[in-house]
Amino acid sequence: MEAAPMLRKTSPRKARTGRLQRRESLAGWLFVAPMLLGISIFTLFPILIMLILNFADWDFVLGLEKFAWAGLDNFGQLLDDSRFHKTWMNNMIFMFTVPVCMAISLLLAIIINKHVFLKDFFKVAYFMPYISSVVAVAVVWQVLFHPSKGPVNQFLRMIGISDPPRWIADPDWALLSVMMISIWISIGFNMIVYMAGLQAIPKDLYESAEIDGAGGWTKFRKITLPLISPTTFFLLITGIIYTFKSFDLIAVLTKGGPAGSTSLMVWYMYETAFLNLKIGYASAIGTVLFISVLIITLVQWAGQKKWVNY
Amino acid sequence: MLNLKLPDIRKTVVTLIMLGCGILFLLPFFWMISASLKFENDVFTYPIRWIPDEWNAVNNYRKVWFGDHPFWLYYLNTIKVAVLTTLLSVTVSALAAYGFSKVNFPAGRWLFLIVLATFMVPQQAVLVPQFILYRSLGLFDTHAGLILLNSFSVLGTFMLRQFFLGVSNDYIESAKIDGAGHFRIFTRIALPLVRPAIATYAILRFIWTWNDYQNPLIFLRTDHRFTLQLAMQKFTTINGEYYSLIMAAAVSAILPLLIVFVIGQKHVIEGISFGGVKG
Repeated sequence: MEAAPMLRKTSPRKARTGRLQRRESLAGWLFVAPMLLGISIFTLFPILIMLILNFADWDFVLGLEKFAWAGLDNFGQLLDDSRFHKTWMNNMIFMFTVPVCMAISLLLAIIINKHVFLKDFFKVAYFMPYISSVVAVAVVWQVLFHPSKGPVNQFLRMIGISDPPRWIADPDWALLSVMMISIWISIGFNMIVYMAGLQAIPKDLYESAEIDGAGGWTKFRKITLPLISPTTFFLLITGIIYTFKSFDLIAVLTKGGPAGSTSLMVWYMYETAFLNLKIGYASAIGTVLFISVLIITLVQWAGQKKWVNY
Repeated sequence: MLNLKLPDIRKTVVTLIMLGCGILFLLPFFWMISASLKFENDVFTYPIRWIPDEWNAVNNYRKVWFGDHPFWLYYLNTIKVAVLTTLLSVTVSALAAYGFSKVNFPAGRWLFLIVLATFMVPQQAVLVPQFILYRSLGLFDTHAGLILLNSFSVLGTFMLRQFFLGVSNDYIESAKIDGAGHFRIFTRIALPLVRPAIATYAILRFIWTWNDYQNPLIFLRTDHRFTLQLAMQKFTTINGEYYSLIMAAAVSAILPLLIVFVIGQKHVIEGISFGGVKG
């Protein structure tokens, strides 16, 4: 940046294009330098370390002397690790929160966009869980879902369900409960993005469709859905990647339990690295996480050409 | 507007239905606030008394704020970390975004691709190496380390770049002809034009940092350096069965953000909308 003021002195007319281009390049590099430096230190370099750790058997509390190479053992172990399989499955199931959340959000967005008064109020209301701290929200839901005392089950008993689920305390229900909370948190974000997408659709399209006698459902299918597909694509990508990164909710709400039923990949990695101190193995889990996100992103980028209309 | 038309009646009915849904949607928040005002014994009374018969609010909140785990300290820590992260992150991202959109240099395209590629690396995937790096750099268990961790945001760069791309090149070309360098164009022309986007990103970054739990959990150890979210979790563990206190803590953790959000609501919503559509 320090060099930038120098640029001012050059008179563009006199300077040769080559020199101008060099200055332009210098300016470019200076502008992006802090970002590149940060990414190099905090992302790229750690990736290098990760590559090394992948093939290591190491408990870092014991120091560097205890560092041992393990070859491909970490990955071999992953293939046999039933807890990891469970975690992987949980992640796959957890992904279903994304389309469900998007469908609800689109519905809400359409209603709020055109059919209600107090639009701004609704936007803020549905957005509240998204901006609230996950820790606080998780703690509140933990209490609401309390098997015996919690208001949710008290209500269910009142309306005649004598044996309501034990929610996050029950291995069969825990993942579903977490998924519901996760949807509840994300609706606001998805809805706001969808509303913006809806507003960008030209009104006259609907008007001419009406002249042609199209009903609400036809208009939705033939105009809204295709024209909003870039937004849908954006939400799908960010949403699925987000599910792979989920940690806070699990860490506060269930700690992966009961019986590993809500263990998601980041949680399992955290547990392996920081509670069981198996650094090499945790690193291998991190690598799987990384590759999963990469593959999903690439598949989606490739697939978008088929069904996204820009 | 004297006589109500049919569409207005329909709209009113839909509004009322949606209002009902909205209240249902926000019920957990109402329950949280209500419980935080009650005596411990009344928390689980059913049917729920939304407005407590007997109030214990002052006591509950005093215990949270000035008790053994004083929330005022965690507040200061969190404000410090969130404000500094936001400032640094916005600066770094805005500079990079301008460089990647308005400076015409050959390496730029490739560098931008590299930066974008790192967006596909979930931070969680490199948590373990970052942890080891932090131990060896002396950044472990410091606020500085925590701040640096969230300050180099690809998302922020990407988002602001989208907005800079919307700034007409004519402005920049004519400024160049007037002899202005890029840094001057950046501060005088480009930055003011994308101010709403900057505000949006700043508010979002502030909210994300404020709410961050994972990084403080891994990169902080000492109690008096804890951020609010970490303290909240610890408070919950220690006060296990005191739900009224826990709810008072939860309200304390959420409320300031709600205020930030309500003030900056327009920016957040417009920004997310724009970023999302352009995304």
